Amino acid sequence: YRLVVRDAGTLQILQLYTCLDQIQYIEWSSDSLFILCAMYKRGIVQVWSLEQPDWHCKIDEGSAGLVASCWSPDGRHILNTTEFHLRITVWSLCTKSVSYIKYPKACQQGLAFTKDGRYMAVAERRDCKDFISIFVCSDWQLLRHFDTETQDLFGIEWAPNGCVLAVWDTCLEYKILLYSLDGRLLSTYQAYEWSLGIKSIAWSPSSQFLAIGSYDEKVRILNHVTWKKITEFEHPATVANAKTIVYKEVEKSPSAETQRLSFPPTRALANSLFSTQSKYDISQVPVSLQYIKPAADRANPKVGIGMLAFSSDNCFLATKNDNIPNAVWIWDIQKLKLSVVLEQLCAVQSFQWDPRQPRLAVCTGNSKVYLWSPAGCVSVQVPVEGDFQIVSLSWHSSGDSMALLSKENFCVCYLERDEV
Amino acid sequence: MGDWKTVTVPVLSSDSKNIFQCTSENKISPPSMNSQVLHLTLPSSKSMHSFFSAFCTEENIEQSISYLDAELTTLGFPSIYAESKGKELNLISVINCMNELLALQNKNLRAQEEVEMQHLKLGSDMDHLQNCYAKLKEQLELSKREIVGLQERDRQLQSKNRNLHQLLKNEKDEVQKLQNIISSRATQYNHDMKRKEREYNKLKERLHQLVMSKKDKKIAMEVLNYVGRANGKRGAWRTDKTEARNEEEMYKVLLSDYEQRQKQLLVENAELKKVLQQMKKEIISLLPPQKQKPKERSEDGLVLSDPEEDIGELNKENMWELSCETVREQLTNSIRKQWRMLKNHVETLDNQVSRVYSGALNEKDVISREDHELETEKLELEIQQCKEMIKTQQQLLQQQLMSPCDDDTTLLLQDCYLLEERERLQEEWRLFREQKKNFEKERRSFTEAAIRLGLERKAFEEDRGAWLKQQFLSMSTDYKHSENVTAPSAFLGSSDQDNRLVKSTSQQRKPHCMLSGPVSAERCQTPQYITRNSYSAASKKPAGDSKPNLWVESGKEETE
Repeated sequence: YRLVVRDAGTLQILQLYTCLDQIQYIEWSSDSLFILCAMYKRGIVQVWSLEQPDWHCKIDEGSAGLVASCWSPDGRHILNTTEFHLRITVWSLCTKSVSYIKYPKACQQGLAFTKDGRYMAVAERRDCKDFISIFVCSDWQLLRHFDTETQDLFGIEWAPNGCVLAVWDTCLEYKILLYSLDGRLLSTYQAYEWSLGIKSIAWSPSSQFLAIGSYDEKVRILNHVTWKKITEFEHPATVANAKTIVYKEVEKSPSAETQRLSFPPTRALANSLFSTQSKYDISQVPVSLQYIKPAADRANPKVGIGMLAFSSDNCFLATKNDNIPNAVWIWDIQKLKLSVVLEQLCAVQSFQWDPRQPRLAVCTGNSKVYLWSPAGCVSVQVPVEGDFQIVSLSWHSSGDSMALLSKENFCVCYLERDEV
Repeated sequence: MGDWKTVTVPVLSSDSKNIFQCTSENKISPPSMNSQVLHLTLPSSKSMHSFFSAFCTEENIEQSISYLDAELTTLGFPSIYAESKGKELNLISVINCMNELLALQNKNLRAQEEVEMQHLKLGSDMDHLQNCYAKLKEQLELSKREIVGLQERDRQLQSKNRNLHQLLKNEKDEVQKLQNIISSRATQYNHDMKRKEREYNKLKERLHQLVMSKKDKKIAMEVLNYVGRANGKRGAWRTDKTEARNEEEMYKVLLSDYEQRQKQLLVENAELKKVLQQMKKEIISLLPPQKQKPKERSEDGLVLSDPEEDIGELNKENMWELSCETVREQLTNSIRKQWRMLKNHVETLDNQVSRVYSGALNEKDVISREDHELETEKLELEIQQCKEMIKTQQQLLQQQLMSPCDDDTTLLLQDCYLLEERERLQEEWRLFREQKKNFEKERRSFTEAAIRLGLERKAFEEDRGAWLKQQFLSMSTDYKHSENVTAPSAFLGSSDQDNRLVKSTSQQRKPHCMLSGPVSAERCQTPQYITRNSYSAASKKPAGDSKPNLWVESGKEETE
């Protein structure tokens, strides 16, 4: 049960820590001096310091159990959510004080910090009613406490400018409420009734747009001035617009140069024989994509817009329709229309935008990582022997490298910068 | 009266009843009708005497006279007796009576004629009317049948319509029902959820109590030493002041955000206004100069008529950055107006242009067609002339060659031809020599480039060898990871070098291309020597475009 800290550039091991149990969750503090390791089974959180390897800290929740743990924005407080969401305990690393937040809501995103780390919004539920409490992170003082008009709050998210809080309801009801920092209800948006509602939301980095992905396979964009819908993006199974570029991943037949076969086979040759290279072809529009209609009698159906992400320069929005799991849809926000569709051979697992440029990295569970930028897209094979199934990826904040994670291994992919 | 006889014949043959009807015009009292019949029937000449003799015989002259007298007096004629009593006939009165009777007869005949004419007319009218009636009846039947058909269709469509309405209503009812079901289920579900949640909350409370009551010593934090705050400050107590400060901070954040947004909007607004102003100016400049209409000033409250004044005013106002309603309205209204005028102007221009264009096209077409025909005729004539010329020339040539003409003239001619040929040959030799020189130059530059390439390659190989050696040496000290990382870059470095080499070779190729430019132009003429046969064979084709000179030369070549 080790925690290994490596250098991001050279992957050199800098520190090695041993924890008491299997680590379920790790998080860096905001000043990158401490690392939090949460072991939910034992209900323990251990904190390690990078500067002083001898320093240790252990937080034991005991019989209260542990379900979630995270840092506060100042990097000196740890918020533990106990089992059954009985309470949230705020442990301080500077003082001996402990604070409790009662009745937290048991939902996916019940805790949200503003980007500048000043305020924290907590979703609560008392007497079958939802409430939001806004705390000041510096001294954990309750700033505002108000109720929300939701049936069963599903998630909360701050806008990047820290002034608006988006609160959305359970998927049984399509309702999103927008509250100002001081607790006033700014606007309510409800696109339709009765059908399954909101699946995912994303704020644009400038806080100008709020993208709402719903179970009816559409993304609706609200603007920050009137909080009304300005456009709707549809994700049909047939892409018919002539101005959309559709990149289709095709397998390249491996070029086996029989003359150069040597024994024992070199590493590169082995790779090329067992792994299939792939490349992108531009398909002619209209293109029909693989559409899956899951059984209607199961809960949490794989339908609707499951993933939404804005690019860091606010120009593109990448979406994934769970009905068409092999495709990534990239929308141009300046023109508010579909710009590119990436059609992969396997189902898309995750994608993430480069924090600096409009560059999207996509992984589909095989050993390739796919990159798209307005200049084109490329499929990159991870040069390892054997299988390396990329389950998730994570960009470095400088945009020069990214970490690719499989179930048991990980590798770091470095990207060359264009020297102009 | 000329038809007297013709009238009488049918009268006799026809029924006495007809006459009875036709003469209804005459004012004759009904009781005397029968007797009148007897009077009016004019018997035919044959039966006349027999009829008359039947009435009056020698025995009953007096009786018949008295009878006649009685009849005449009843008719209103004077008595035919000489005096009131006595048996002597007053001849004059008899003659008068006869005359009057004849006149009456004539009148009656005429009346009869007229009546018969009318009768015929009426008969034809009636026929005509009967035909019309028959036709109309037919038409009526047809239209009745049509109406029945249309009514039937109408009924069918209405029933269909009713069915569809019914279906729609059913569907709507179903939808409503389903929605009601959904809403009722939703409320039921919510109620159940709330109940379960309350139960769950109770459990949680109980659990919480249990957990807290145990006072687990385990629930604690072990820290080696407490860490300082991130910003280095000490923690502060929570007091009212801090509360107020927090509130203030929050409001400051909100306000700054709003202010920023408002600034952005103002900037956008100002830009848009500028753009509108520019557009307005440009539109006004495009429009033809408008005459001032002083009436417009009084119409609206806003001053819109004089564009220059407008610009001046608005410019002044914009300088002060007033964004009040009236200024905005003014600007947008004036722009709309100008745009409309421009649109109209463009439309009228379009119409004009299309008219002019269509007219021009027609003329052009006409002219060009005529011209075209003339030109083609001219060209055809020219072609004919050329062909004839060529033929004659060839004939002459043939004659020249075949006929044993004077030696002098042939020699002279031959000399001329030879001179020409010689000159041509000399030119071609010159060209050939030039080309040879160029080829030599190119060959030399090629060899130089190849030598250079070889040298560079050698140098590169040496560099590569040295670098690989270095790499290998350094490999033993580094981790394997760095090898993985730097290896690709090494490959990239070598490919860069390759790119550079390629570029240098491509640069050398360029001068070669430039040199070969003029050479290729001259090559067109050299085939005469290289592929003589093919050239002459090709030139045998009597193409209209081929120059007659070449033809002549090829002919000379053949002989020589």
